[in-house]
Amino acid sequence: MNQIPALARVFAYLSILTVGGGMAAFPEMKILTVDVHKWLTFPQLIHLYSVGQMAPGPNMMMIVSIGQWAGGILGAIVVLIAFFGPTAVLAFVVAKAWRKLEKWPWRTSIQQGLAPVSIGLLLAGCFSMAKGAISGVETGAIAVAVLLILLQYKVNPALLVLGSAVVGLLTFMPK
Amino acid sequence: MTDTAAKPALQPGETAAKAAAVSIREIFLEFLIIGATSFGGVVPYLRGSLVTKRQWIDDTEFVEMLSISQSLPGLNATNMAVLVGEKLRGMMGSIAGILGICLPGGMLMFAVGIFYHHHGDHVWITAALKGVAAAAVGLILATVVSLSKKSLAHNFDFVFIAMTVVAVNRLHLGVPRTLIAVGILAILFHYPRKAQTERVAQ
Repeated sequence: MNQIPALARVFAYLSILTVGGGMAAFPEMKILTVDVHKWLTFPQLIHLYSVGQMAPGPNMMMIVSIGQWAGGILGAIVVLIAFFGPTAVLAFVVAKAWRKLEKWPWRTSIQQGLAPVSIGLLLAGCFSMAKGAISGVETGAIAVAVLLILLQYKVNPALLVLGSAVVGLLTFMPK
Repeated sequence: MTDTAAKPALQPGETAAKAAAVSIREIFLEFLIIGATSFGGVVPYLRGSLVTKRQWIDDTEFVEMLSISQSLPGLNATNMAVLVGEKLRGMMGSIAGILGICLPGGMLMFAVGIFYHHHGDHVWITAALKGVAAAAVGLILATVVSLSKKSLAHNFDFVFIAMTVVAVNRLHLGVPRTLIAVGILAILFHYPRKAQTERVAQ
């Protein structure tokens, strides 16, 4: 079945939800890509997202993998355009107007008001991912360790993710 | 990262002169390099490249553009590419910037996706991915903490954070409805007061 129109629709919609970061769209992404369209399973979605944190560039490039699975190379390209196009156009149009509104008092209100909501969306995305990613004491310990190390030291997050892959390999390999 | 902030600010005329000479090709290549090397988060690399190395924008512009990028939907990395590209060469500059920053990671994840599709169920890959996924959760939590320290203007904002989480995860209202409902409440809460000093003090 041709998935291209569905891919375009879903990722253009998800695009608009990424307020404050890609993770804000995660709960909706899970519902649409896993439950509704069944392009991949929930563990696969979590794996792709997590592996994507080691890739350079914008941290949601894992959407390309979903597009490729569902629709081949065309699917990958469609997803890329659908996911980054709408917000790019919005940024292009709004940024100019936004700069002109520097003196408008509500501009600060909007920025201050959106800050906690976008942090909340990020946290909500995090929790919905944790449901699949944290399955016991070991995975919980890895997450807490990464959090504490990042808060305490200046470490490249990509290295921590890589390190956790090694920890995972040593911990979860069937003996 | 922070060391760039310590450097003396450029004169506005100086960056303008440097920016005037930038070609579409240069924009594309610079963002392609950022897109290929920015492991573990794009923002510090953007600053190092655009402000310090190329001096296409000064630090004040960078911070201003970043705050716009954060308020708008879209990832910081791609929004910044659009804004900086637009400033340098208009629409073509934006397109060159966003293409450059997306291409390397996109191609990598294209290949990774194919590999994972075929070999993702090997025991050692499943084991490693379990660690990677747990680390990603820690990573997001760290972002939540650092954003909360940086961008919240009022202690009551934690209530809006909690409302957002409950609306999405417990009430299953969906992101759009939550965004509109809690967003409007939070914006009204931060209505323009006469003294906006609390934010400046930070």
